[in-house]
Amino acid sequence: MKPPPFAYLRPETPEEALAALASEADSALLLAGGQSLMAMLNMRLAQPSLLIDIGSLGALSYVRISGGALAVGAASTQSALEHRSGLVGEAPLLAQALPHLGHYQTRNRGTVCGSIAHADPSGELPLCLVALKGEVALRSVRERRIVQAEQFFLGALSTTRRPDEMIEEARFPLRRKGEGHAFRELSMRQGDFAICAVAASATADGLRLAVGGVADRPVARDWPLLEGGTLDDALSDFAWDLEARDDMHASARYRRMLVRKLGRAALEEAMSCRNG
Amino acid sequence: MNTADRTAEAGRLIGRAIERLEDAALLSGRGRYADDLPVPPGTLHAAVLRSSHAHAELVAIDTAAALALPGVVAVLTREDVKRWTRPFTVGVKQPMEHWCLAVDRVRYVGEPIAVVLAEDRYRAEDVLERIDVQYRPLPAAIDTRTAAAGGAPLLHPAVGANVVSDRSFRYGDPDGAFAAAEHRVALAIDYPRNSCTPIECFVVVAEWNPAEGSYEVMANFQGPMTIHPVMALALNVPSNRLRLKTPPDSGGSFGVKQALAPYIVLMAAAARLAGRPVKWTEDRLEHLVAANSATNRVTRIEAAVRRDGIVTALDWDQIEDCGAYLRAPEPATLYRMHGNMTGAYDIRHVSIRNRVVLTNKAPTGLNRGFGGPQVYFALERLMQRIAAELGLDPLEVIRRNLVPSDAFPYRTAPGALLDSGDYQRALDQAAAAGGLAELKRRRDAARAAGKLYGIGYAAVVEPSISNMGYITTVLTAAERQKAGPKNGAQSTATVAIDPLGAVSVIVASLPQGQGHRTVLAQVVAEVFGLQPRDIRVTTEFDTVRDAWSIAAGNYSSRFAGAVAGTAHLAAVALRDKLARIAAARLNVAVEDVRFADGKVHAAGNPDNSLSFGRVAGASHWAPGTLGEGAEAALRETVFWTPSVLDAPNEADEINSSATYGFIFDFCGVEIDRDTGQARIDKYVTMHDAGRLLNPALVDGQVRGGFSNGVGAAFFEQLVYDVDGTFRSGTFADYLVPTACEVPEPVILHMETPSPVTPLGAKGVGEGNCMSTPVCLANAVADALGVADVNLPMTPAKLAELMAIDDPPPRPPSSTR
Repeated sequence: MKPPPFAYLRPETPEEALAALASEADSALLLAGGQSLMAMLNMRLAQPSLLIDIGSLGALSYVRISGGALAVGAASTQSALEHRSGLVGEAPLLAQALPHLGHYQTRNRGTVCGSIAHADPSGELPLCLVALKGEVALRSVRERRIVQAEQFFLGALSTTRRPDEMIEEARFPLRRKGEGHAFRELSMRQGDFAICAVAASATADGLRLAVGGVADRPVARDWPLLEGGTLDDALSDFAWDLEARDDMHASARYRRMLVRKLGRAALEEAMSCRNG
Repeated sequence: MNTADRTAEAGRLIGRAIERLEDAALLSGRGRYADDLPVPPGTLHAAVLRSSHAHAELVAIDTAAALALPGVVAVLTREDVKRWTRPFTVGVKQPMEHWCLAVDRVRYVGEPIAVVLAEDRYRAEDVLERIDVQYRPLPAAIDTRTAAAGGAPLLHPAVGANVVSDRSFRYGDPDGAFAAAEHRVALAIDYPRNSCTPIECFVVVAEWNPAEGSYEVMANFQGPMTIHPVMALALNVPSNRLRLKTPPDSGGSFGVKQALAPYIVLMAAAARLAGRPVKWTEDRLEHLVAANSATNRVTRIEAAVRRDGIVTALDWDQIEDCGAYLRAPEPATLYRMHGNMTGAYDIRHVSIRNRVVLTNKAPTGLNRGFGGPQVYFALERLMQRIAAELGLDPLEVIRRNLVPSDAFPYRTAPGALLDSGDYQRALDQAAAAGGLAELKRRRDAARAAGKLYGIGYAAVVEPSISNMGYITTVLTAAERQKAGPKNGAQSTATVAIDPLGAVSVIVASLPQGQGHRTVLAQVVAEVFGLQPRDIRVTTEFDTVRDAWSIAAGNYSSRFAGAVAGTAHLAAVALRDKLARIAAARLNVAVEDVRFADGKVHAAGNPDNSLSFGRVAGASHWAPGTLGEGAEAALRETVFWTPSVLDAPNEADEINSSATYGFIFDFCGVEIDRDTGQARIDKYVTMHDAGRLLNPALVDGQVRGGFSNGVGAAFFEQLVYDVDGTFRSGTFADYLVPTACEVPEPVILHMETPSPVTPLGAKGVGEGNCMSTPVCLANAVADALGVADVNLPMTPAKLAELMAIDDPPPRPPSSTR
């Protein structure tokens, strides 16, 4: 469990990081919190020639409100977001989801944008970003561009980010009046990858449910306000459409069951707290 | 004269929950673990090339490209191994060979094929993929039943079968009992593979001394030292030319570090090839794929039962899967429980068929509980099934079958001598102190509210201090006759006094974090009237300097009963010599010498006293004037073996362990209807481990065993695909419970001292690995009303048992 040789750069500015990334875009990787990448390096699943450590770039370390969203910079840790005072009011879904993301210790190092860039199909932050219709701000030496969450994730560990691009910030829309949110997750142990995680939103005239851990990326679906058997049918259709697969810890059947049960519970909770 | 005679009540240390002497160093980063220790100058670092195939012929191994790379010194392959080593000794008479490297075939994913020796570990790993191995893949034998039935590819063609041992045993008249039975209740169990995965992996530093023709090895091996002869024979050197040393501290073992043995031989051969010392530190990926596993076992168990729930006979059919090689001391997992195959019950008629089968999985070995989890899962599930099928209360079925309180010492049908206990009283005390009536009310309330809630019970006899001869039960009486008897459990301890009267203790016990130094200091300090901090305890081990025998090491929960007891015997022997020396100086009779508060004084006259140091140093400073009848009190080494451990007899009866504790557990489990996830609502565990030497350390052992048990029950399994691909290669796949998943159990104790061990203590460290998985499974079976519950009980599996409602997809025409 030792990585192969690589060069290491700790840039002073985002511009220096982007220039280095552009110069070796095919074989350079950005390192932020390292909570996924270090393990991949040690297992030789990633073999970059250059590692660009942006974890200590002060200019990218922020959590702030901007344009109706909570903007989280590339160097901000998950625990910085988790412990932001007022998060429960600003983005109650994140407040509910973050305690499920790994462990206290890994959240102290792991970054919000790193988790989004990693794009694990069961990741809580990609799920929340999709559920809330958030955005990813990408930047390279060439340009800056904004990508909607649902367009960003392409599949397991796969995104629309180009090799010379860095996620500069992730933007989670703030809760609007009359909106309710809820989060549910089933994992084998506290902090494990979700076998199924759901993020629900409800407004006066509609429901939205995003599911992680089942398809190869977080997937959301919108409905008008449904209830009773109609809601069950809609959830069952959604569960089938996610094309769940068997793995060592859970069957596809079981995952469909979780989408129905956790989905229903989360949607009901979201509806009930719309006016809170 | 015993301790009580010379130690006042106030001086009592044995039985007190004193603080661990180990912790100051460990908690301040001063532990000295194997990987921390300095290595000799010029030490090379090893990386092991491992098989990617479950079963294949090794056609060619080309190392030329690897050797050309910078920093690479040598690559050890099968040719070197064939030159310097021999196959390991095998515990059954079969023509099969296990070398420290794959020689003709690979037989499991992860099997070592070559060892790269380089200036550092990074470079060594860099070149692993530059070694070109040509495999000719063979079909793999993975499923245990198929392999046992002869339907799988052969691993060792010379054997002619994958079943390498098949023995049947009969005790009493099982046929008669089954013929007369009012009911027969049967159950089939697939016990999965799991492993205790210590946080510290294997470390070996090996050197070859060509001048002496000797190997010197430092390794975090844990014993048993029966394996030392196995390693010396494999290295083809006289056993006094294999020096093995162990480090002061350990990051845990739970039996697993017994499996270092093949790597000790491998790295010794590598050091010989390189002509330089070699260090290898196993990483987690290597550990999970190849280090060690408990056996998986297929069991069919049937009971002959009277209508009142009394079991008159048991019929066991066990198929033990030991993986690709029968690695010493296997098939010991299958035989360690042999004497106590009737558990806590008075069952006089027993038949047992034991088969050992090899499959293309990693070889098995010691793991906490060693054979107990597999046996008790079957036996205690069966007791629950008997209650369910006969409509009886499961606790009542257990109670009616227990060995009666007045029957101890009790000889079981297969030959165990249950030395002491009061199982009925343990049940009563646990039910009262653990709140069983309240738990039943909680269950009733939960069920009334529509919840899935069950109560489970388990009664377990926990053997400790294994009889070194039990493993020979796998041989026929004729084969045993030929090989000569093997039995006993030799334990050694040395207590020494230096010129200033300071006391040292040396034991060959190879502790793995349990707190042996604390307990030994307690035991010895009490004998001398000193404080635990006055005693220096050394637990590093060195085969050329220490007193040891084959039962040395850390296994079979032998420390409290055997090692601490032997240290006590050595301390008492030395103290009695000191008493003679003191008697002359105090001018009192030997019988009236007392040891207390760092002084040696006359009984009834504390003012007539000498300092302990002065008396204790006398044999160094003035050996010529010790007084009449007194001999020097310098150093005492005691060898002790329990008197009750004979070799298996003609009838295959075997007292497989020296002493037997008792555990009674009960628990309440609720299962979430939406997710199938189980939650332990309450867990009560009652232990009778004889006399407790340090109750705080005992509770620590119980908590640790309990968390292993929770892991086995709900999370842990080493998974292989049908083609032998290994699926549990990281800690994200092999799930060990954390503090969040392990509730605090209610721990209860009672003490019926063992008449066999010097201090009356019994082992306690493994019991919850045996009782907890099945107690939890019984609760789940009760909650769901199902018969077949297999481990690990994951949410997905429990949801299937609840019958998942999975409505089919609606046609696309419907409103989506």
